[in-house]
Amino acid sequence: MLNDFFILMKQELTIAVIIFILLFLKLGKDRSNETIMHVVNALLLFNVIFGFIGNSQGILFNEMYRTNPLMVLEKNILSLAMLIISMQSWSWLKTHKHVIEFYLLLLSTLLGMFFMISGGTLLMFYLGLELSTIPLAAAANFNLTKRQSSEAAMKLIISSAFSSGLLLFGISMIYGTTGTLVFSQLPQLLTNTPLQIFAFILLLAGFAFKISVAPFHLWTADVYEGAPVAVTSYLSVVSKGAVLFVFVSVLYTVFKPLATAWYNMLFILSLLTIITGNLFAIRQDNFKRFLAFSSIAQVGFILIGITGSSQTGSTSVIYFVLIYVFSNLAAFGVVSLVSALTGKEKISDYKSFYKTNPVLSWILTIALFSLAGVPPTAGFFGKFFLLLAGASKGNYLLITIASLNMIISFYYYLRIVKAIFMDPNEQPIAKITIPVFPRIALYACVIGVLFIGLFSYVYEYIHSLNSPF
Amino acid sequence: MSNYSYIALIPLLPLASFILLGLWGRKYFKTSAGIIGTASLLASTLLSLYAAYSYFFVDGKINGAYGKVEVLKYTWLQFSPGLSIDMGFLLDPISIMMIVVVSFVSLMVHLFSIGYMKGEERFATYYSFLGLFTFSMLGLVLSTNIFQIYIFWELVGVSSYLLIGFYYDRPSAVAAAKKAFIVTRFADFGFLIGILILGFYGGTLDFGTLLQRLTSIQSSEFISITRASFLGVSMLTWGLLLVFMGGAGKSALFPLHIWLPDAMEGPTPVSALIHAATMVVAGVYLVARLFPLFAMDDAALQVVAYAGILSALLAAIIACTQTDIKRVLAYSTMSQIGFMMFALGVSGYGESKGLGYTASMFHLFTHAFFKSLLFLCAGSIIHLVHSNDMKNMGGLRKLMPVTHFGFLIACLAISGIPPFAGFFSKEGILMATYESNKFIFFIALFTSALTAFYMFRLYFSIFWNKEASTEKTHHGEGSLSMKVPLIILTACSILAGFVPFSKLITTDGIPLEEHMNLLFSIAPVGLALLAILLAANLYKKANTRPQKLSQSLGTLYIAAKRKFYIDEVYLFITQKVVFNLIGRPAAWIDRNIIDGSVNLLATVTGKTSQGIKGLQSGSVQNYALYFFSGIAALAVIFIYLWK
Repeated sequence: MLNDFFILMKQELTIAVIIFILLFLKLGKDRSNETIMHVVNALLLFNVIFGFIGNSQGILFNEMYRTNPLMVLEKNILSLAMLIISMQSWSWLKTHKHVIEFYLLLLSTLLGMFFMISGGTLLMFYLGLELSTIPLAAAANFNLTKRQSSEAAMKLIISSAFSSGLLLFGISMIYGTTGTLVFSQLPQLLTNTPLQIFAFILLLAGFAFKISVAPFHLWTADVYEGAPVAVTSYLSVVSKGAVLFVFVSVLYTVFKPLATAWYNMLFILSLLTIITGNLFAIRQDNFKRFLAFSSIAQVGFILIGITGSSQTGSTSVIYFVLIYVFSNLAAFGVVSLVSALTGKEKISDYKSFYKTNPVLSWILTIALFSLAGVPPTAGFFGKFFLLLAGASKGNYLLITIASLNMIISFYYYLRIVKAIFMDPNEQPIAKITIPVFPRIALYACVIGVLFIGLFSYVYEYIHSLNSPF
Repeated sequence: MSNYSYIALIPLLPLASFILLGLWGRKYFKTSAGIIGTASLLASTLLSLYAAYSYFFVDGKINGAYGKVEVLKYTWLQFSPGLSIDMGFLLDPISIMMIVVVSFVSLMVHLFSIGYMKGEERFATYYSFLGLFTFSMLGLVLSTNIFQIYIFWELVGVSSYLLIGFYYDRPSAVAAAKKAFIVTRFADFGFLIGILILGFYGGTLDFGTLLQRLTSIQSSEFISITRASFLGVSMLTWGLLLVFMGGAGKSALFPLHIWLPDAMEGPTPVSALIHAATMVVAGVYLVARLFPLFAMDDAALQVVAYAGILSALLAAIIACTQTDIKRVLAYSTMSQIGFMMFALGVSGYGESKGLGYTASMFHLFTHAFFKSLLFLCAGSIIHLVHSNDMKNMGGLRKLMPVTHFGFLIACLAISGIPPFAGFFSKEGILMATYESNKFIFFIALFTSALTAFYMFRLYFSIFWNKEASTEKTHHGEGSLSMKVPLIILTACSILAGFVPFSKLITTDGIPLEEHMNLLFSIAPVGLALLAILLAANLYKKANTRPQKLSQSLGTLYIAAKRKFYIDEVYLFITQKVVFNLIGRPAAWIDRNIIDGSVNLLATVTGKTSQGIKGLQSGSVQNYALYFFSGIAALAVIFIYLWK
């Protein structure tokens, strides 16, 4: 039992240990920010590497906790994203007074996400979800002097509370109609009664809120804009990714009896989400807000992949999230550097960016191309597999509208590329020297974007972990 | 069967040149970039020629038919036991023909650009983009599956975006590049869905297997794809039409052609490469690649045929009224692509029914030479005159003898005058059309006469018309590197027609006996000669009336009284009737309706997006309200309405 405990929960335990180490660091004498960040980054790197060692499968604590190789991989993707974000925020954190607290908050949420992914009952899932949300609101407030930042935090906490309330309401109704909260027992007890469908809608809204599906997305833009860039990228990549992982597995296993209902719901929601995301993205001038809406549109595409409801569907979603981690973080990395060093966050500030910062311009361009889905960047493969999974249900209306929206999205991604390379600007952003850590992180992202798509092994590996449904 | 692994080098060499020049070009190869790029292309071209030689004349034939050879094929992704994506290089008659054409024309353009782009600030960047483009195009034609072709297809789009927008400080170039990219992307979305449909029903993405499964009437895949239908049209037709939509976008067929004339903003050699021989024929190649499948479906073939002839005719008429020489050439390209398309559309599969296919590929082949020659000539003319407008030209024949000769040959070739290259291929197309669709044939005949007219209108306006002004002579015709490609391409335009095409490329790979029908050729050649005479009459001598007449209707009558009556009839027919009654409306439709609908989409999207901005008010209470209404709506729909 104890052995199992250490082996199965190794990823959660690692994070917990790191949290403790950081707390001890805080207790001791004052250390310079740089020292702390060196230590943290080393620990996070260790966490990533350690996560990849060994795959295990098992159940603990009366099915409260379960794990399998797919979940291990999902957690590793999140750890990797966490490491990249941490390295990218170097320039911003260097002068910040509360570095350790920042990491404590983010790592707590990461721990929450791990428990959420591994949760074997609705209760455990809910606990994980809350642990991954509440500290984030504090983190969103981390630009302590900025009013906008606190506003973002307030908005995040209020809307999360609202969605959690409804989620709990849904959970209690499910418990009321079935008498259990355990994932493995639920499928036999769900019978498509109206009450269960209503309960499911409430649960769906909770998920939809976290991954910003329209019309539950409205908090996204404000929070993304107000929060520090590091938190924004964490919200848009890690937090979203974790919920998506859970969402797919819950839909495909627990709520399989309700498949017809959720297929149709996702159909409507995905169209709504893609269209909303795209329409709003066109008009944005704030880069973070722009990325917020572009990420909403991306989630719409993911929902299309989910409607495929098959092994391919699940694979394509996880694969896409992996690619999305790299492409979105590459974009956020550049924005984060520019924002930390010059304070500029508007798209119009990026005019003639290429003249002063060719390297960063190329990185941003590659990232945007990948987000838009231009081959041979990984983003193209991700989208292609999502559409392929969606098409397997033969729903061409959905695919057609989605592809049309891909063209619209081209327009706005290209608009930024054009601004960077072609638009004249009297005072372009000054030349930025990229510190070592962000440099490594950015290059890692670019390599990921350029090569993940080409190495089919990645896709095949994820595919092999997904059991057929 | 000999080992064709060296084929991989053909696309990889330009890629190497791209990487080398892209990364270190600006630092180390500022002046030698041209030589490096040209050398890599020279190697590619030689390899392609060698591959063509060994395939066509040594060991390509198996049992009397040219078969497919797949080189370096490996399974890239295994979806399921039945479905996998295999990457590799596919060699068959058309892909071999294409690599020869693409690498050869690209080599000529590389060579020409050494002189043309000399002293350009971003000389190395230019060559790296050329390398990327050539790599993508070669990769496209060598693709062994439809997924691979799509990747390269998009890469071609991206690299052409870079090339067209090369002069990024010119707003018009930027706009043109963006337009080209967006319009072709729009077409590509059709292509992507087409791929998904064909791949889904065919259970494979591999060309060989796909064609094999979907062309045999008994196979379960064929039955399922023809049984399934959407809006009353079978999925096979949908799939093919959507794929064709992608092809039509890249090949600038009506109504997706609007990007092509604007794309002339790129450097002229780039136009020669992209808009003569490579990117624009990608659509034709795509249809040819899937031709056995198209041949199974009459409806799709009909669409291909009529889209082709419509573009051919419309573009020819518009070309008669343009004064920017590159635009004339652009419309003429569009018209010739139309020829290739409808030739495919009227063709059938197998033996002599496949003549249209052979003729289409033949025309693609010869067109590549004379059209790139025309563009490169235009390049050296623009280099000398510093203007694109043919009003600023005239009498250049003595100043630039090489260009003059090349341009003349190319004009003769495109007009279909024997014994130049275009004659043979165009005869093939007309003959095949005559045998299967008389209606299209007569339009094609008329269009081919129009072709001769507008080409010679261009020729006479540039090289004859008025006396050249002497101050333009400060530098001659350009350096040797600019002349040599012209001379080589001129030779090709004269000789390419003698390639025994029907022995090499047929629908089923079995060589056909060629038979020329001299009697048949009288009509097209006669009409072309007439059109040339007409053009000579109007444009050989300096003559300002054509412009005056076309601009003002009022002065037409007075002017007409004073001059030769017969001259005025010609003018009336060509300038007034053709220009005002057909050309202008055609140009108007082109500008307002086609462009307009694209702009409309953008405007509507923009407006809607502004309209709904209020939703995003920033107040949390409202957000909660929307949140809750979302839940309520879902609940109402799924609990009460759906059942």
